[in-house]
Amino acid sequence: MIRFALVAAFALIAAPVLAQDAAPSAPADVMSTEHPGELAVAPYAQSNAHAGATPFEGTAMYEAFHGEAGVGRIVDGLVARSVADPRISGIFAASDLVRLRRTLKEQFCYILGGGCAYSGRDMAAAHAEMGAQAADMGALVENLQAAMREEGVPFAVQNRFLAKLAPMKPDVVTR
Amino acid sequence: MFFPPVFSLRRAPGRAARPAAPFAIAAAVMSAAGPVAAQVFDWVPESRTGGKLLLTGGVSSVEGSGGGGIATWAVTTGYGAEDGVGANLHATYINLPDYEFRSVGAAVGLWDRVEVSIARQEFDTGATGALLGLGKGFTFTQDIVGVKVKVLGDAVYASDSWMPQIAVGAQFKSNDQGAIIAAVGGQDDEGTDVYVAATKLFLGQSLLVSGAVRWTNANQTGLLGYGGDRNDDLEPQFEGSVGYLLSSNLVVGAEYRTKPDNLGFASEDDWVDVYAAYALNKHLSVTAAWADLGSIATFEDQRGLYLSLQVGF
Repeated sequence: MIRFALVAAFALIAAPVLAQDAAPSAPADVMSTEHPGELAVAPYAQSNAHAGATPFEGTAMYEAFHGEAGVGRIVDGLVARSVADPRISGIFAASDLVRLRRTLKEQFCYILGGGCAYSGRDMAAAHAEMGAQAADMGALVENLQAAMREEGVPFAVQNRFLAKLAPMKPDVVTR
Repeated sequence: MFFPPVFSLRRAPGRAARPAAPFAIAAAVMSAAGPVAAQVFDWVPESRTGGKLLLTGGVSSVEGSGGGGIATWAVTTGYGAEDGVGANLHATYINLPDYEFRSVGAAVGLWDRVEVSIARQEFDTGATGALLGLGKGFTFTQDIVGVKVKVLGDAVYASDSWMPQIAVGAQFKSNDQGAIIAAVGGQDDEGTDVYVAATKLFLGQSLLVSGAVRWTNANQTGLLGYGGDRNDDLEPQFEGSVGYLLSSNLVVGAEYRTKPDNLGFASEDDWVDVYAAYALNKHLSVTAAWADLGSIATFEDQRGLYLSLQVGF
């Protein structure tokens, strides 16, 4: 019995070490050829439906966001604030920020009626591994509000846009 | 993750159930203590603070629960989202021509699901007390313990549907002036209100709409007791609010609240107000209103300034 316990103990102690030795090392980062500067991702079917909302009709909303340049500044501001935000910086630490900025700009442009195509993954797939909580989404919305405010987007117009994003909550918040 | 295999080995067929060596005993003790502690903490959900957007927890109503000033909303108080907790303290003052109304209280929101609130209200008759035969400065005090449970919906994020957030609640009220209440025809110095509230933020329109049905027999929300010579039954009454978001930290709007009319000696009017709520940040907000509380204890046209201060998280 004692011998059994000792063997069991040794096996338990050694197992993690052995397992670590046997574990395959993480795959080396593969850069995307389609989007220089981004990490390659597993292939998926692309669709504007993945943007998670129907676009506004006409271009008034896109213009209120100051077009491509304005949306670019808002997304850059949103990402910069979120990376520096102690509440949610952990979620962004492992993200490919280059790809995130590009796909967010596409998504915002598409939803705002700017005529862009969205090439990112759908909201559920994009957030599946993040483990975001409701408070994380709240923090992200606050950062987006700040970025829109900085761009001079009127508050009522901000809310029209947020109303398109808000229903994505069940796909974004996974725990 | 280290010890459970010992258990599984011990449970394996043909193995002795009795730990035979000090190592196994130590392992069993340690592995038993770990899960017990873990189970206790597993039972308490994760609790962060500050997950909701500014002002979306509402402000403290005069009865202590989260809402507008005189109307109750379906939102849970404070800034805790589904993964967090929030709480606030409030102090409210209404300066009326013939009375003063004061309320202080505390409310806690748990995981955006349950709200528990307490409030103490003082209705100070001041010089009017002498005219009413009660004595100068006579004050009615009412204590209210409230509980509210969110049943379904998401007032803020479900902007792709008409479905409001719905909550049910109860308020247990107790007034300290039983003898006076009985003398003016009131039936009781204690009462319980129950309500159903529905609240929706039409985000795309920056418009908040809330309605509640309250079953109550409270006279002047209970400041003059519960039930009366005219009626003693709980009757459904309506509370409605609208609010327009001018910016992320400023909302303006109006409220309306119907009330029973149970006491023969003094008719009771509906309450109405127009308000502005300003959140300096998630820890401090101020609500100012112009409130018309109508006739109170035979003194007509009780209109005046409503001021409420809140601190919390």
